[in-house]
Order: sequence, then C-alpha cells, then structure tokens
Amino acid sequence: MDDSSDPYLPYDGGGGDGIPLRELHKRGTHYTMTNGGNINSSTHLLDLLDEPIPGVGTYDDFHTIDWVREKCKDRERHRRINSKKKESAWEMTKSLYDAWSGWLVVTLTGLASGALAGLIDIAADWMTDLKEGICLSALWFNHEQCCWGSNETTFEERDKCPQWKTWAELIIGQAEGPGSYIMNYIMYIFWALSFAFLAVSLVKVFAPYACGSGIPEIKTILSGFIIRGYLGKWTLMIKTITLVLAVASGLSLGKEGPLVHVACCCGNIFSYLFPKYSTNEAKKREVLSAASAAGVSVAFGAPIGGVLFSLEEVSYYFPLKTLWRSFFAALVAAFVLRSINPFGNSRLVLFYVEYHTPWYLFELLPFILLGVFGGLWGAFFIRANIAWCRRRKSTKFGKYPVLEVIIVAAITAVIAFPNPYTRLNTSELIKELFTDCGPLESSSLCDYRNDMNASKIVDDIPDRPAGTGVYSAIWQLCLALIFKIIMTVFTFGIKVPSGLFIPSMAIGAIAGRIVGIAVEQLAYYHHDWFIFKEWCEVGADCITPGLYAMVGAAACLGGVTRMTVSLVVIVFELTGGLEYIVPLMAAVMTSKWVGDAFGREGIYEAHIRLNGYPFLDAKEEFTHTTLAADVMRPRRSDPPLAVLTQDNMTVEDIETLINETSYNGFPVIMSKESQRLVGFALRRDLTIAIESARKKQEGIVGSSRVCFAQHTPSLPAESPRPLKLRSILDMSPFTVTDHTPMEIVVDIFRKLGLRQCLVTHNGIVLGIITKKNILEHLEQLKQHVEPLAPPWHYNKKRYPPSYGPDGKPRPRLHNVQLKPIAEEREETEEEVHLLNSTTL
Amino acid sequence: MAARGARLCSLLLLAALAGLGAEAKNSEDVRCKCICPPYKDHSGHIYNKNVSQKDCDCLHVVEPMPVPGPDVEAYCLRCECKYEERSSVTIKVTIIIYLSILGLLLLYMVYLTLVEPILKRRLFGHSQLIQSDEDIGDQQPFANAHDVLARSRSRANVLNKVEYAQQRWKLQVQEQRKSVFDRHVVLS
Repeated sequence: MDDSSDPYLPYDGGGGDGIPLRELHKRGTHYTMTNGGNINSSTHLLDLLDEPIPGVGTYDDFHTIDWVREKCKDRERHRRINSKKKESAWEMTKSLYDAWSGWLVVTLTGLASGALAGLIDIAADWMTDLKEGICLSALWFNHEQCCWGSNETTFEERDKCPQWKTWAELIIGQAEGPGSYIMNYIMYIFWALSFAFLAVSLVKVFAPYACGSGIPEIKTILSGFIIRGYLGKWTLMIKTITLVLAVASGLSLGKEGPLVHVACCCGNIFSYLFPKYSTNEAKKREVLSAASAAGVSVAFGAPIGGVLFSLEEVSYYFPLKTLWRSFFAALVAAFVLRSINPFGNSRLVLFYVEYHTPWYLFELLPFILLGVFGGLWGAFFIRANIAWCRRRKSTKFGKYPVLEVIIVAAITAVIAFPNPYTRLNTSELIKELFTDCGPLESSSLCDYRNDMNASKIVDDIPDRPAGTGVYSAIWQLCLALIFKIIMTVFTFGIKVPSGLFIPSMAIGAIAGRIVGIAVEQLAYYHHDWFIFKEWCEVGADCITPGLYAMVGAAACLGGVTRMTVSLVVIVFELTGGLEYIVPLMAAVMTSKWVGDAFGREGIYEAHIRLNGYPFLDAKEEFTHTTLAADVMRPRRSDPPLAVLTQDNMTVEDIETLINETSYNGFPVIMSKESQRLVGFALRRDLTIAIESARKKQEGIVGSSRVCFAQHTPSLPAESPRPLKLRSILDMSPFTVTDHTPMEIVVDIFRKLGLRQCLVTHNGIVLGIITKKNILEHLEQLKQHVEPLAPPWHYNKKRYPPSYGPDGKPRPRLHNVQLKPIAEEREETEEEVHLLNSTTL
Repeated sequence: MAARGARLCSLLLLAALAGLGAEAKNSEDVRCKCICPPYKDHSGHIYNKNVSQKDCDCLHVVEPMPVPGPDVEAYCLRCECKYEERSSVTIKVTIIIYLSILGLLLLYMVYLTLVEPILKRRLFGHSQLIQSDEDIGDQQPFANAHDVLARSRSRANVLNKVEYAQQRWKLQVQEQRKSVFDRHVVLS
C-alpha cells in the first residue's frame, strides 16, 4: 500500500533541476537508514503525514504500462521488505514468502494449466466422437475408449466394436447402406452446428474476450498493454468450455493457441494471491511469460519447445530468472498432463512417431521444396486472412458474428463429411499422416501392392509400388488440402476460440505426405536415376512418406508464424524424431525465407497491426535518419504543449486542463518563464489524487494552489491551504534532447519499455514522444517506402488526436527552431486507433 | 512410484473438484494389445487381453495361436504388443464435470437472455427503480455519503451485494461486447 505513495526512484539525470539539493540532504538523513539511501527518499518524509492515495500508480483499460516505473516500484518494495527482515520472525517469514512467491505462483499455474489441458483433451475427444455416435455401455467414453477391451476389432477395421453405436444404428436401426449414410450425415451436421452455435453464443453472452486464438493479444499484453478482463476468471472459464465445443464442431481450428491463453489466464488469476505480482504490472508479466510456456508445454506436450516459444514468440521482456521459471512451469504442467494421461497411451502427445529410418542427402531437395510450399502457404494465408478480417472489421458483415460462425460451421460440416480425411478429427488426421506404413498398418494410405516375401524382417519394409488404395487416398488428400486451405482462411478469426497451429500443420502434413508418396514412387520406378542409384536399390527402404508429412507440417507452421528454433524443437518433441532435426531445420528456414520475401510479419504481428495494438516489435530494425524533434508532439503548427507549473496553478486550473484535453500526462515545469523541467504527472494519478484530496482533506477548494515543489511557496494569509502533490510526481522522467536520432529513441523505447519520453533543449521542455507517436512514425515511414501496403483507413477515432488544441496556449520564451516536418500530416489522422487511449 | 503418486494426486484434484471420491484404478483399465500382420495365408488379426505388463508379449496374449508350432516364432516376431493403461474414473469424472459446467452455463445463459427480460417487463416499475439506483451508483462509485450509506445497507443484505456484483460484471461484459463486436477495436 505504502509503495504506491512514492513509486519513483531516479534512474537518470532528467528533471534534477527542480530538486533543491541542499534541502534534500538535510531532510533525507533519517530515512536513508531504512530505505537504501536513495535520494528520492526525501519525499517520503514529507508524505508520511499524508496517507497514501489508493489507486495512484495503476493503469486504465487500454493503456500502456511504464516498465521503468514498475521495475522501480518493485525494487523499492523489495528493499523495504529486506530492511524489515531482521525485525521479527513474522517479518522474516513474510520476506521468505515473498522470495518464494515467484516459484509458488508458477507452480500453481503449471498445475492448473496441466489439469485444464487434460480436461480439454478428454472432453474434446469425447465430443468429437459424439458427432458420429455414442458408447452405449458407458456414455462418457469416446470411440477408442469404448472399444478399449473389445475383442471384436479386426485388423482392417480397428475401431469397430458392438458397444459403439453410430447414430444411424440407434435411430433407424441399420449400420450399412445409403439410408444409414444419410442419417449419419445429417447427425454429423446437426451436432457440428449445435456445438458451433453453443460455442459462439456462450462467447457472446459471457465473455467476448474468449474468442480468437489470443496469442496476438497476449503478445501485446506482455509488451506492456492493459486489456482489462482479458485474462480474467470468466474469460478462462468460457474459453475452456467453448474451446472444447469449437474443436468438437469440426471447424478447421486447433486448441493449441487458445491453450496458451488459458494458461495465461491461470497465471494472471494466481498472481492475485501474491501481492508481489498483483500490484506490479511488470512482475505480473514475468508470470505470464512463464504461463505461456506452460500453455505450449501442455498444448503440444513439448516442455522445452514451450519455453523457447515463450522466448521467441510471445515474450517481450525475458530475463534469465523468467527463463528458469518458465522452464519449471512447463515441467510442472507437462507432468500433470502426463499423469492425467488424456490419450490413454502414456504419452503427452497424440502424434508420436516411432520410426527411425534414416534419411538421405538427396532428400533435402524435396524437403526444401516443402519449405517453399510452407512459405508460400504462410504468405498466402496471412494476406488472405488479414484481408478477410479487415473486411469483417470494416464492413457491416462484422455485425453478425453468430451467423458467420454458423455458416462457416455448416459449410465445413457439409463438405467435410464425405471425405474420410476431413471427417476425421484434425489431430487424428495428422497422426495418421505422420505414421509410416509398416506391416501393421491397414489404412488405405498404406495400401501398397505387396509381393508377400515372408522372409523379411518386420522393421525394414522396402519401397513398394502403390496400390489402388494409395491412389484414391492421394486423390482424397488433394481435395482435403484444398478444402483445408480455403476453410482455414475463413475460420481463423471467427468469434469462437480458434488456434491455427493444428490446421496449418494438417495442411503441411497433407502436402508433405503427397510429396512423400510421389518421391517414393519415383524412386521405385526410376531407381536407376543417378540420385537414387546410390541409396535406393531395389528392395531398399529409402523413402519414408511419414517423414515428409512431418517436415511439411513444420514448414507450413513456420510459414504462418515465422518461428524457427521453437518450432523445430516443438516438432521434434512432438514426434520424438530426434534424428530428423536437420530436415526440419532446412524446411523451416526455407519457409521463413520464402515467407519473408512476401511480407516480413507473421500472422500474429499482422493481427496486432490490424487491430492497432501498441506493440513495438523488437525484431524490426529502424533504419531511418529522422531526429527526435521530427517525431515529438506538438508539431510545429500545433498549439504548444499542455504543461503544469510546479507551484502556481490552482486545483481549478488543473481540472480544466484535464477536462479540456485528452492527454494522459503532463510535464511539470518550474514556471512559465524558465520552462525548465521538474517532472511528469500522469492524468490518472492527478485525477485520483485531486478527487481524494477534495474528499478527505479539509480546506481544499477550487482556488487552492497545487504544489509539486519540495516546499510550499509563501502564500497570502487569506488564501486556502495548498494541495501538495509531490507524491504523484515522477521526478525522473526519461528525457532526450531534440537532436537525438530516432534510431536511439526507438531503441530506448524497446529496451526499457518506456511509455513516454520528454524532449528537451538546454533543459527546456520542447515536447513529448509517446510509444504511439513512435508507432505512427514507423508506420508513416513504412508507407513511404512501400506505398502498396494497405492503409489503415478503417479505424474510427474515439478521441481527438494527440496534437489537438489544448485550450491553454502559452507563450514560448525560448523557442527553438524546429526542422520543417516533411511528412503529410493528414495521413496520421487515419492511423489513429486504439493507440489513441495511450495518447499523452 | 512417483508417477503413481502424481496420478493419485491429480485424480484427487479432479475428484475434489467434483466432490467425488476417486477410487484406485479399475482392473478394466489395462490392456495388452497385439497387432499381428498377415502371415502366409493367415490374415492380420488384433488380440486384446487384460494382463499385467510383464506378461504383455505375443506368447501370452495371442491365443489361440493360429499357426502350427514351428511357425510360432516367425509369427510372433511380426506381432507388435503394446501395454496401455488408462483411467476410466478420470475420464468419467472429467466428462461429468465438463457437462455439468456446460449445463449450468447454458441454464444461466437462457435465464439471462430469455427469462430475465420477461421478469423485468413484468415487474417494470420496481425494476426501473433498481436500475436507476444502480446507474447512479455506477457512474460515481465512491462519490458521496449517500452511496456509502447504500453500501452499508447492502452489506447487511447479501443478496443486494450479489446483485451489485452481478450488475458490475454485466456492465463489464457489455463493454467487452461493444469493443469486440461493435467497435471492432480488439480481437477482430
């Protein structure tokens, strides 16, 4: 509680002008003993009389956090706990609890996300099979579990047993024939539609934030943005429940992305149990990083991949401490999931491949081709999906989310049922495509013409000519590929929980399997070609189509998400194919290159940009030569900056300033004459502080002076009591001079996670640069370079622009000649969206 | 040993959620499944038996043996036997938990969308009073003494408090709905 009264510590020389140093030493002496001896502690002494104002130091919805401020706050809190530690056993326990709370919270997060993932897996499997039929002997079993102990299964039809009844058998009493096919078809569509409808209406009624994959938003949140309720209890519950429904409805979506969101919700909820994390937004993000690792860990059964995913894709600030916590969270989550054993095979993942056949050098060529395919698919998917989502965002069509889901589900179900490969649950499909055709397999994919040579050993089946089954399977797979590609574009972004890992992998696996079979047949019929001659003699087993499917899956996923290291690790953990790292790496790298040639951003960045979240990507380079003065607000033609003076404004003045402007913070200067910087006060803190002062303190009226200075100025005797607001003043705002290159400013913003930065010249405040200004500037430069990029015309403004009139013009005594601004100003008008609320 | 302990733990966790006592695993929950590919003129076959892990091999499970004595070894070499376990209690409990939560949510949804508006319409005057009262409270949550009084009154009445929380939650959801479905500023 007390930490909110003075969260600021000096971290640079900025604003030192306003602190009279002589006074400070005199006043600060008492407190330095317990407070680590920092200069700022002097303000504590003054504020000890005032009670801390609740709410100061928190953030509004859709605002950007200030990492530097949050980290300082945490250090301050830590110091306080450490200094009290020796006082009593109770304080000692408290400090121990505090030290351990980081590990405790990730343990709890891991436990919860593992358990929820188990629940989702089991329920989704059951519900998916509910579309086909039901287990009469035990209603809660899915098809496979229903036939668990059955002895009636045959080699050809492995999942047939009398306990499992299809709907046709139950309703019209016959298992075969066109009548039962139609009945099953109708029931399939019925269940798919009702699951989809339930999912979307639950999302709409209870938690609209539960829709989508959630990874773009989590990326944005982790980079320091506040979306209230996005990681809340209701979102968690609805996302868990509707995820099962969405997966079961047969839509072309996966549960992996949403599981990351679910895990992050767990992390957020558990962090409320620990004051260290609940009161500090920066610390909370460390927990969320670990939680996202746990999410991927349970989604794919890939703990290391999860940690790397968190590092490569989602996290913004990832110190080593967080790495270890992520590692631990991923471990705990995977352990819990493993002990729940949702698939009944004592493995974490559904698709575990068991072959260890070697691969040959010439096969790198088809692998790279698959990589090219993956990159092309990724580029196509991102363009098409973004175009579709933009349409949804900007036209009337977006007003009917329920109808959209129903239509997509209906089309999916109607087309998917006739084709056995699309009727299958997508993860089952991937599993089947990954599997190699051993002697034990009986699916039509493995229908090769056998020359029953009984003397061979089981493991080493030579390449064989494909039979009719394989050709018809390829035909069906091609149709399935086209279907999946089209449906995934329209599915990702509808208002149900939807991830795209699994559909992308399925597309890649289908393409890979087709290529694999083609190469295999090529090698069989042309084994005298020079590339095959060395490795593929007659009767040798040299091509494994399942491996091609695996490589294709990795390539397609890489093309869409543009991940590299984490993706390869996830895929090899997923399949257990340790010897296939090089093919995977080759394909993933190629797909990233090809994809990057068409557009540098992955699907998540593209969605972030589409929604206009204030996300400053650390991966992009800034290569322009602009200066801070070109970017700062106010622009040359704008009214001057809205500022506060440190001791001669009244409460009323400040209130009018707040009401007339929409800025989220105001620089505080010494006086109108000198214009030297004292500090920075946030709008929210000002509002809260004034409101609470008016309520609680006696004698604060509209004409009271507001004093940000160390000591109150001498006032006439009859004037009302001054209001001291030094406690909410940030006395060490980050400053740069007007000639700082933007390259450096962008770097500072990225690395320190600043929210705003003041621009000074000889200690005089000239203007301000916010994260939003930087993003606008980047976008502007991008549009100059690539004029073909679609403009953001569709975002409607909610607030006046940042550089609008503030109604408080003030004379500039020391005006500095700014460079003329080259860019058109009207462009920026259209780019203002959500970021507006981060306006200062 | 540790894995078994963890299994029990997770089971207990799940069971505690449902308020059911989960018993140790069912004897039906293990199986040894042998898949034998076609051999000579015998077609492929799947054998399934409930045996312990150490007995899970072709000789114990494949019964009756389809091939004569000398061929048994060759036949068995091709068969693949896998020992698998599951926990039917976990599955049962999970499905029951899932369905009951889903059912409750659906009921609540039906109540919120269909029943409540009707009730409100029927008790129009009264509900309007409550509504306007709450509207004031929501606009200025900590504004004046009147509100403090209202709060202390509501503290005495648990129902009011629940109602207040529910109204606040509804407003939040409404806000979310606006930003997702109408303004399209997030998650589009």
